[in-house]
Amino acid sequence: MQDQRDLWDWEMFFRALPPVLEGFLTVTLLVTVLGTAIAAVLGLVWAMLIRLAPQPVSGIVKWFVAFIRMTPIVVQLLFAYYAFLMVDAMTIGIVVFGIHYSTYMSEVYRAGIDAVPKGQWEATTALSMSTRRTWAAVVIPQALRATVPALGNYAISMFKDTPFLLVIGVVEMVNAAQIFGGNNFRYVEAITLAGIIFLLASYPTSVLIRRMEKRLAYAN
Amino acid sequence: MPTPTDPAATPIIEFRDVEKRFGDNVVLKNLDFHVNRGERVTLIGPSGSGKTTILRLVMTLEEATDGLILIDGDPLTHRIVDGRRVRLSNREIKRTRTRIGMVFQQFNLFPNMTVIQNITESPIHVLGQSKAEATRRARDLLHQVGLDDKADAHPSSLSGGQQQRVAIARALAMDPEILLLDEVTSALDPEIVGEVLGILRRIAETTDITMLIVTHEMQFARDVSDRVLMFDGGSIVEDADPDTMFTAPAHERTRKFLKAVLGEGQIGTR
Amino acid sequence: MLENIQATVEAWPFLARGLWVTIQLTVLGSALALVLAIILGLMAGAPARALSVPGRIIIEFFRGTSLVVQLFFIFFVLPQFGIDLPGMVVGVLALGLNYGAYAAEVVRGSIASVPRGQWEATTALSMSPVHRMRRVIFPQAWALMIPSLASLMVHLLKGTAIVSVILLQDFTFHLDQLRRVTDTTWAYAVVGLVGYFVLALALTLVMNALEARAKHRLGRGPSLREILSPTPTAKDSLSTAGRGF
Repeated sequence: MQDQRDLWDWEMFFRALPPVLEGFLTVTLLVTVLGTAIAAVLGLVWAMLIRLAPQPVSGIVKWFVAFIRMTPIVVQLLFAYYAFLMVDAMTIGIVVFGIHYSTYMSEVYRAGIDAVPKGQWEATTALSMSTRRTWAAVVIPQALRATVPALGNYAISMFKDTPFLLVIGVVEMVNAAQIFGGNNFRYVEAITLAGIIFLLASYPTSVLIRRMEKRLAYAN
Repeated sequence: MPTPTDPAATPIIEFRDVEKRFGDNVVLKNLDFHVNRGERVTLIGPSGSGKTTILRLVMTLEEATDGLILIDGDPLTHRIVDGRRVRLSNREIKRTRTRIGMVFQQFNLFPNMTVIQNITESPIHVLGQSKAEATRRARDLLHQVGLDDKADAHPSSLSGGQQQRVAIARALAMDPEILLLDEVTSALDPEIVGEVLGILRRIAETTDITMLIVTHEMQFARDVSDRVLMFDGGSIVEDADPDTMFTAPAHERTRKFLKAVLGEGQIGTR
Repeated sequence: MLENIQATVEAWPFLARGLWVTIQLTVLGSALALVLAIILGLMAGAPARALSVPGRIIIEFFRGTSLVVQLFFIFFVLPQFGIDLPGMVVGVLALGLNYGAYAAEVVRGSIASVPRGQWEATTALSMSPVHRMRRVIFPQAWALMIPSLASLMVHLLKGTAIVSVILLQDFTFHLDQLRRVTDTTWAYAVVGLVGYFVLALALTLVMNALEARAKHRLGRGPSLREILSPTPTAKDSLSTAGRGF
């Protein structure tokens, strides 16, 4: 075994690569992609329910959304994990991340719907369009366009939150790095590697999104 | 009062071959003119002709891309050293800047301060006046602009005209030798334009501050100016005393502009 | 149900201790985050590239590498180099660095969105850059940044729940103890989530009050006292009417 006080050990770094990358590809990415998909769909459902459902329902949804949004995802994960012991931790993770982030997305959709100009609503009335057609053909397409960058930003957020999965024993990238570190009595290479992968994946994406935001702002 | 032809007068503002461009867009080109101490000079011309840019250059809100600007013979932002144009240090720029004050179209009062704090802030912290001294002077200025009772008010509770009067007091509290007035009535409702212009007229009559004015109020320009400069496309088209400029302009471009602004035969009746 | 309540009452001293740890983490973490955010935000927004480039790099670094990575780095890696910090310090440091980087963007953005006329007026009044920032620009940017800082602070509060993995005995840590003597739904959903929700609501109220005060100082909206007074004054209705509510 090498000297503990060595600042950096490349051999250890390359040995850490396979498990950390595996955690990244099989868990971190998968949870992010599926979680984002759930969040995008559920978020729209919440936004529409709050906007269109009759009073008790819309009020309840509103409070539910606020409640989920203002409580820690870690506690939500623990709750779901112990409440549904028959479901595997990975699935729990995907669903909890999806639901948690859907509460943020519903805000984004709400803002997007609010931003549809009043004239558009008036035009649908003037054309005697049904409520269904108004939403499906006019409001949602316009509201969605503006939500793409926000969706991307929340996907990045979720990506960086995936290490929370370790509280329910899912071996995602950071947990894998930590386990590797524990087994080898050296953490610096594995954990730095996890940090580098986060940075490499999230920074270019956020730059891309910022560019998209600018284009959208310009188009308007 | 010195006139532009008076050779003995010291120019307090002097532009020498000044160019200002934003990217490829040339706003001012090869501009040469001067303003004598105590003179009131109004810049007129169509929008985009570079008038406001001139005020902003003098206030150092922008810096010229070429040429020199001298204040009382001293370079403002750049000087020539060994044939090369060199920027002055920020400290040197600041020293000259304290001699210049500006009133903006949008007032730009500080919303986080009361009226009196707006006026005393820089006299205390920049000029080093005592709080008592600065406050006394501020109250005196507020009296001059007719807002004695608004010393402790917040800018947001004032009307546009009142805000602009505070802004004028704030600029004067720095005892500037040069006062720049940038379309100071353009953001005001027509019925309050008069009160603000009245105050400026009084300042013009009772002080010897040099004034460089950009305005669309032609009657005001005619009343207070010693000289009017007509701008178009970044250069001076005509330089004349107000009577000549408004009654018998020499250039076709000036005639056209005045006709468009004033309408036929109604010089500044507002 | 009754048993659950009884078990919770018995566990209360522990839960309260956990809540106190969570509150300390939130308050100290936010304080550190705010200090870092102001320093980094001012750096990133500075006209001099010698300041703005390092500012940007530090912000992107701490934003981009994930809270848990930072937490683990401080908890697992630093001791390897002889830097052994108490658990509380590790938690506060990780939370402060990570959320501070996010908040720095808020600070930079708010400062940049103070209207240009305000900056120009300070030049016309010959204020120095420090004087201008301290007395004119920052007080106005402050009112702009509070809502975003408030939501980041709620994020930070939620983020504190992860520190139980480095064996800090915060509220979440004690919830797990409670789960052993009650049941999952009771411990995590009723006591846990509701507990955090109440903390978050309280935090939001405090930040709303701060925002109202900051806005009132800029002459927008009623003062805090007017908002909190049980009977609306004439001024209240006037100022709200003016804002189109």
